[in-house]
Amino acid sequence: MNALVTPNNKGEISCTQASLMAMDEAMERDPTVLVFGEDVADQEGGGIVGATSGLSTKYGSSRVRSTPIAEQAIVGAAVGAAIAGMRPVAEVMMMNFMTVAMDQIVNHAAKIRFMSGGKTGVPLTIRTMSGVGGGFGGQHSDMYEAWLAHVPGLKVVVPSNPADQKALLTSCIFDDDPCIFIESTLLMGTRGPAPEADYSAPLGKAKIVREGGDVTLIGYGRPMVDAAMAAEALSKEGVSVELIDLRSIVPFDRDTVMNSVAKTGRAVILHEAVRSFGVGAEISARINEELFGQLKAPVRRIGGLDCPVPFSAALEREYMWSVERIVDTVRTTLD
Amino acid sequence: MNEVTGISGHNQPDSETLVEIFSKAMLIKLCDDRIRAVLRSGKIVSPHYSPRGQEVVSAAMATALRQGDYLVTIYRGLHDHLAKGVPLRQLWAEYAGRVTGSCKGKGGPMHITHPEAGVVVTTGIVGSGIPIANGLALASQVRGEDRVTVTNFGDGASNIGAFHEALNMASVWKLPVIFLCHNNRYAEHTRYEDCTAVDSVATRGIAYTMPGVSVDGNDPVEMYRAATAAVDRARRGEGPTLIEARTFRFEGHNYGDPGHYIPKDVYAAALADDPLPKFRAKLVSEGHADEARVAGIEAKILADIDDAVAFALASDWPEKAELRRDVFVQELAA
Ligand SMILES: Cc1ncc(C[n+]2csc(CCOP(=O)(O)OP(=O)(O)O)c2C)c(N)n1
Ligand SMILES: [Mg+2]
Repeated sequence: MNALVTPNNKGEISCTQASLMAMDEAMERDPTVLVFGEDVADQEGGGIVGATSGLSTKYGSSRVRSTPIAEQAIVGAAVGAAIAGMRPVAEVMMMNFMTVAMDQIVNHAAKIRFMSGGKTGVPLTIRTMSGVGGGFGGQHSDMYEAWLAHVPGLKVVVPSNPADQKALLTSCIFDDDPCIFIESTLLMGTRGPAPEADYSAPLGKAKIVREGGDVTLIGYGRPMVDAAMAAEALSKEGVSVELIDLRSIVPFDRDTVMNSVAKTGRAVILHEAVRSFGVGAEISARINEELFGQLKAPVRRIGGLDCPVPFSAALEREYMWSVERIVDTVRTTLD
Repeated sequence: MNEVTGISGHNQPDSETLVEIFSKAMLIKLCDDRIRAVLRSGKIVSPHYSPRGQEVVSAAMATALRQGDYLVTIYRGLHDHLAKGVPLRQLWAEYAGRVTGSCKGKGGPMHITHPEAGVVVTTGIVGSGIPIANGLALASQVRGEDRVTVTNFGDGASNIGAFHEALNMASVWKLPVIFLCHNNRYAEHTRYEDCTAVDSVATRGIAYTMPGVSVDGNDPVEMYRAATAAVDRARRGEGPTLIEARTFRFEGHNYGDPGHYIPKDVYAAALADDPLPKFRAKLVSEGHADEARVAGIEAKILADIDDAVAFALASDWPEKAELRRDVFVQELAA
């Protein structure tokens, strides 16, 4: 059957189309792939941003279902179906609503393989969406990747561009462990080159976006856009930034990060989630443990401030990262 | 009134009560019209979940309540906020993200809070206000107050676990709480009947041995009678009531939603049945208020809205230090 996504005449797709492309191909290839979540079927518009548009028409209402508003039941059903040998892709519309399903995610999806001594496993994927900067306020903007990464047994993936979004979601769907796939609300409409048919992005493999020798800048997700701009601005000042897109938080690509920081001796970690007790703290600790003697400056972190995401645009701007904040922070490592 | 189980409505509203309900409903409509106009102009950028079409539900309920009664509501909460008495200036300033807003611009319209009017919780998480309402009611019960708590939510919310857990607990503890479901027939883009196992949300009361009443929420008399019956029952310490107010939302799920998923004839029929012009005509034709009085009420509302918009747009933005305030009681160090 016809693919649901065709790149535009510049060969580009949006991040929304990237997710759709991954699910379309996965459903075509493997009849155990199921998709369900609030409003995902075509009668309900094919998802709030259209990421599942066409799937229910193409694959039928048995495999693609809109659900009641019931995150606990949605994720629980994904856990059960996964144990029974399916590959469910459950959608939790926004990441803050995942809190409602935390029991299923933390106590069940993450631990069932271990607690059953490997007798059962949970090959599910939960797609969700979040991010700061849209004026959505305290209950529609949070990034909880650090919470999830703190639970052994969950894989946590955050793409930053359409090609990776497609390839990483494919990897998640066919991975035999539970994967949380976090899409950026404000990137969903962003276009970029469509991936080649054979492009793949294995989980646990970071991408060196730009090579450099002075300082390593590590990030993931939407802030990568500004990180690239900051790296470009710094290069005009003669500062050579090595930019790493982590892509998956768990598994963590130790080798790529450590090799880079061993080379540059300086590291800055950037994420949109709250800085305190976040992913940046963990990476910083690992860098210090492995490379203490070789560091030329303290490892620095950029993240959200220690407060809920504010509604007012004036406050949200102050809360979040910016190109200037990245540039300034990188400069502080250069003495 | 379609009584599913239990209580019967009473308290025929007198003329002054009807005028009060109408004034609140018209305030909601005119304020919502203006919000959408200002959003279109770009002067304010904000998510907005219009309650257009649902005004009478909140107006009648609030008229049956006292100022000190608690109200919990959701992102689609403008109708509840205004009916219960959140001042227009603070409401508008919150939409505009200004420091003079009801939450200093930090919460935004999805989290409007104004305890002076009993508006204690506005949540953006479907279903989660329902258990919180139990706690508010528990506090009143323990203190021996006759305060009542009303928690508002949509039809879609009646499918989430929190709703079912909370109704059971409220029934067991005989809490002074009213569960007011605004059944506007859609949850985002999902039709009520495609995701709900019962024909009427009110029947869910049966499972929790609680009176469940289904009323035409757009009919001020029916809605008011159901509200007063539930309020009286709660005040007397007899326990909770589930009210399903049948209504419709005219402006899609949120601002910018064209509502393509709503069948054209269903949409057109609902719009033709707009409760506001009907209510207005009823007031005048039945002699509850004459045309001059109604026009005066409307003119006053429009003037108040003009004032509130001007106030909001002239107000200051919150300063950065606000990010360190209210995280805890004590301000965080810079
Ligand atoms: C726990 C949770 N899941 C999903 C959402 C996304 N969401 C926001 S409103 C909504 C529909 C709610 O429908 P209903 O309860 O009928 O209320 P209405 O919007 O019609 O007033 C959904 C699914 C949410 N806010 N919270
Ligand atoms: Mg609804």
